[in-house]
Amino acid sequence: MVGRDKVFQILANCIMAVLVLYCMLPLLLLFSSSITEEQALIVDGYSFVPSAIDWSAYKYILIDSVQIVRGYGISAAVTLLGTVCNLTLTTLFAYPLSRRDLPGKTLIAFILFFTMLFNGGLVPSYIMWTQMFHIKNTFWALLVPNLMMNAFNVIMMRTYFTSNIPMELIDAAKIDGSGEYGILVRIILPMAKPILSTLALLVGLGYWNDWLNGLYYINQDRLYSIQVLLNRMLMDTQFLMSSAAQKLSVDTSQLPSTGIKMAIAVMGILPVLVVYPFLQKYLVQGITIGAVKG
Amino acid sequence: MNKKKQVRWKKYLPLYSMLIPGIVYLIINNYIPMAGIMVAFKKYNYSRGILGSDWNGFKNFIFLFKTKDAFTITRNTVCYNLVFIFAGTAAAVAVAILLSEIRAVRMRKMYQTLILLPFLVSIVVVSYIVYGFLSTESGLINHALSDAGKNKVSWYSDPTWWPFIIVMVHTWKNIGYNCVLYYAALMGIDSSYYEAAEIDGAGRWQRIRFITLPAIRPTVSIMILMAVGKIFYSDFGLFYQIPMNSGPLIDVTNTIDTYVYRGLMETNNIGMSAAAGVYQSVVGFMLVVLANWIVRRQDAENALF
Repeated sequence: MVGRDKVFQILANCIMAVLVLYCMLPLLLLFSSSITEEQALIVDGYSFVPSAIDWSAYKYILIDSVQIVRGYGISAAVTLLGTVCNLTLTTLFAYPLSRRDLPGKTLIAFILFFTMLFNGGLVPSYIMWTQMFHIKNTFWALLVPNLMMNAFNVIMMRTYFTSNIPMELIDAAKIDGSGEYGILVRIILPMAKPILSTLALLVGLGYWNDWLNGLYYINQDRLYSIQVLLNRMLMDTQFLMSSAAQKLSVDTSQLPSTGIKMAIAVMGILPVLVVYPFLQKYLVQGITIGAVKG
Repeated sequence: MNKKKQVRWKKYLPLYSMLIPGIVYLIINNYIPMAGIMVAFKKYNYSRGILGSDWNGFKNFIFLFKTKDAFTITRNTVCYNLVFIFAGTAAAVAVAILLSEIRAVRMRKMYQTLILLPFLVSIVVVSYIVYGFLSTESGLINHALSDAGKNKVSWYSDPTWWPFIIVMVHTWKNIGYNCVLYYAALMGIDSSYYEAAEIDGAGRWQRIRFITLPAIRPTVSIMILMAVGKIFYSDFGLFYQIPMNSGPLIDVTNTIDTYVYRGLMETNNIGMSAAAGVYQSVVGFMLVVLANWIVRRQDAENALF
């Protein structure tokens, strides 16, 4: 019996190892090609192990390239600002909805929830943001559309509040003479640290990886975030002919070299990978809470 | 308003004031565009705006459904989603169960950590990785093929393999996430069931068949039903960015979302893309309501509403 179990354990571990390889090898390809010498890339092609190592792509983008540093700056600014705004909006919305005594909360909750069921689609949104609010090529375009608050997170937070914050605590605070905002800041917020961390991670990830807002609303290189830059470099021939692309190529007579493109892609995921080990438990929490009814 | 109601409102004013930023955002980001759906029923004139443009009745919709595109995008969106939902769920559940059967806790944690990584990678970066595999001149696969004496394949011009490529990429990106989700459900199963089973002499597969699978059935059905509710929606990045918007591939990678985008941004066909968007939203809404109704009949407390 024990022998059979050992065989199963080995088999199970092998299968998992194969799955892990499936998940990791593509990332390895990315890293390896970013440190491969340009000529070797052209001749030998992409591979998991570089045939000739060359760090010049990174040297170039970190030291010489204003465009990349700028892109990073934009990504970082949007992520930080966006996450703060989103968490603020979400908390301000979720807390009153979690209060059993608030009249009309069912209606308001429905107004929130309905946005999860039905939406206007890209065309009306695009027309509205560009014609009514003129956000094309502004910093707001990266920050506001779609990402600043979503019903799912609000519901998650509301559920957290209703299950973890007893009404007695709030009543006691009121008796002590505290106002609603006082209660929010002094009692609710400290108790909300776990859900805030989880949401900060999910929201931050969403902002960092977002490229759609940039795709729809930005075509000036001063506002390109890292993901948008990556997108344009791969897909947009117009971009490749533009001045921004010139700033990116080491040899200005050519399009941005492959090694540099891969290096920028690595930079696009590096912060996330670095932060991940520290925040993994929040991510797992976020996934599992999301699975249970909000 | 009588005095009692007035006092109540005043008492809750601070709480209502907290809701204001969110409500403003919802109105701007979600509700105004909902009203903007009328653009699908108009002949949109850029200089006159939505309100100034002439009404067109259902002409945009008729044009849309006359094209062969309408069928293609619907077929692509729904079929890919069906594969993602059923094959994806089966795979994720299988891996979750496998993971839970592994004795070494440290290995389990390591596996979980590593398979979650693809979830964190943005789809733009993924398109670079895919390019690294499939690039005609320097891609890993073509080099391997030519080293083995076979011909190189022009991956980005040949639609034959793309359904598989899309499914592989989607699985790569999502299996970790889904596995963690089902794993959590597995952890919630009362261990006394397993203990009783062991006493009764049940083997591993019997345990899985009679305890594990039935226990997670509610979770699995809800996830599947909710996903079916979203069957008209797709991941834009997966279908636009990964195939690099390559012309020859459009027939197998065009979904409703990419169609709307292309109509709006590339061919400037506002009428039809707006109509496609409405088609998606309306059918999507009906599907979500239907899916929720089914879930509610099975397991009332697990429904969304």
